[in-house]
Amino acid sequence: MSEIQIKGLNDFNKYKSLLSELVRKDVKIKYRNSVLGVLWSFLDPLLRMVVMTIIFSTLFHRVQNYPVYYLSGQLIYSLFVGGSSQAMRSMVSSATIWKSIYVPKYLYVLSAVLSNFVTFSLSLIVLFGIMFVTNVHFTVYIIFASLPVLITLVLTTGVGLIIGTLNIFFRDVEHLYNVFTLLLMYSLPIFYPEDIIPASFKFIHTYNPLFYLLKCMRDCFLYGKLYSLPDLIFPAIAAVVFLIIGIFMLKRYQDRFILYV
Amino acid sequence: MSKDTVIEVDNVSMEFNLSEEKTDNLKEFVIKLLKKEVRFQSFWALNNVSLKINRGEKVGFVGLNGAGKSTLLKIISGVLKPTKGSVKVNGDLAPLLSLGSGFDNNYTGRENIFLNGAVLGHSRTEMSKKFDDIVEFSEIGDFIDVPVKNYSSGMRSRLSFSIATSINPDILILDEVLSVGDMSFQRKCKERMNNMMSDASLLFVSHSVSQVRNLCDKAIWLHKGSIIASGEVNEICDQYEAYVKNL
Repeated sequence: MSEIQIKGLNDFNKYKSLLSELVRKDVKIKYRNSVLGVLWSFLDPLLRMVVMTIIFSTLFHRVQNYPVYYLSGQLIYSLFVGGSSQAMRSMVSSATIWKSIYVPKYLYVLSAVLSNFVTFSLSLIVLFGIMFVTNVHFTVYIIFASLPVLITLVLTTGVGLIIGTLNIFFRDVEHLYNVFTLLLMYSLPIFYPEDIIPASFKFIHTYNPLFYLLKCMRDCFLYGKLYSLPDLIFPAIAAVVFLIIGIFMLKRYQDRFILYV
Repeated sequence: MSKDTVIEVDNVSMEFNLSEEKTDNLKEFVIKLLKKEVRFQSFWALNNVSLKINRGEKVGFVGLNGAGKSTLLKIISGVLKPTKGSVKVNGDLAPLLSLGSGFDNNYTGRENIFLNGAVLGHSRTEMSKKFDDIVEFSEIGDFIDVPVKNYSSGMRSRLSFSIATSINPDILILDEVLSVGDMSFQRKCKERMNNMMSDASLLFVSHSVSQVRNLCDKAIWLHKGSIIASGEVNEICDQYEAYVKNL
């Protein structure tokens, strides 16, 4: 057992430079051939926010500071969905490499998650800008937002490993996941206040780890207070469980990947 | 494993499941499962193959299509896991199993040098020291800043050969990648193999027997997944050519 762990660690040391190359590549390729380039990382959330604010801010007028409310939720959602979808696709699309040279396959999942984290960090600048313009108080609790973000990264990695592995065997997963993420978006209080969900459907929130991560983010950025501990612990446990299942699935099936791609 | 042995292949067998490779969508799989049609049609690509390769040995693999040459090289490079048996590799591997393996098509030649170097386990700083040498040897010239998708197959193979040999691997694996280079480049490759790669081992697959004679000092003849002869390169190549003529 310990021998395997040491081998895994050696592997990681050897491929550290590959991981940074892959993240660099993901970010670079994303904006290649676009005139505005990396500026899109700022423009994308900004434009979304403008559209949503125009449509929904009067409908949900009881939400205080709709732009910040929307953005703080949307950023976490896109970090999760962007990272996990890219992780899922990258296992198949990088096949030309791992079919000819041995490369640990989890690297593709990690690089997908990390490159989406880079985009997320750039989008945070937009959030800070909007907070400044709308006179939100900058409090020390913003620093504490790093914990829910970290949990989101772990959760995204776990889910990415699971659906990435499944996608190798059944390419249907890709289409299925696209529908699922749409469903996920509507089920989460990203652009609507959470209290519009009737009590009998409350469970779509209570069992969703992302719901609590959204809440934690808003506590830190919008309401300037510390989240309650249970709101953090439930998604943390869920993230670790997903990660363990993901690692287990990849370890178990990765030797057979090459027969299916 | 003695100090001089860099590769030890011990009783390796590889089984492919033919029906397994066809289903990659859920609907088909469920239907097959319901019909109890998940049959196992097995095919042995390799049967009890054992071999040892010593430091500095240049070994060519000959055999007809489907003899298991590429499968064996894939197993040695760790891409494929053998059904039975084990493989021990002692040293750094640089496999060129297919044209431009480890390249990203949207990336330029320059960017791919760093990416490919990282795939082979070398950092950005290490690769930048070798950068000029790689570009010079590959004769890519001004195309270095052009996306690799616009390269010809000869350019791809020149670039990947330059990268793989510049990192001084202990073992170099070439599977049909030199056949697309022109005569002058093949001569350059041979020179490079003799000079800077004299300590390295080479595993070489080619359908051109003359290339095998040219580059290797030992040859292994594979037929339907088994080794039927191995030894001095000219001796084996003569036998193989005589066999092919009588087919």
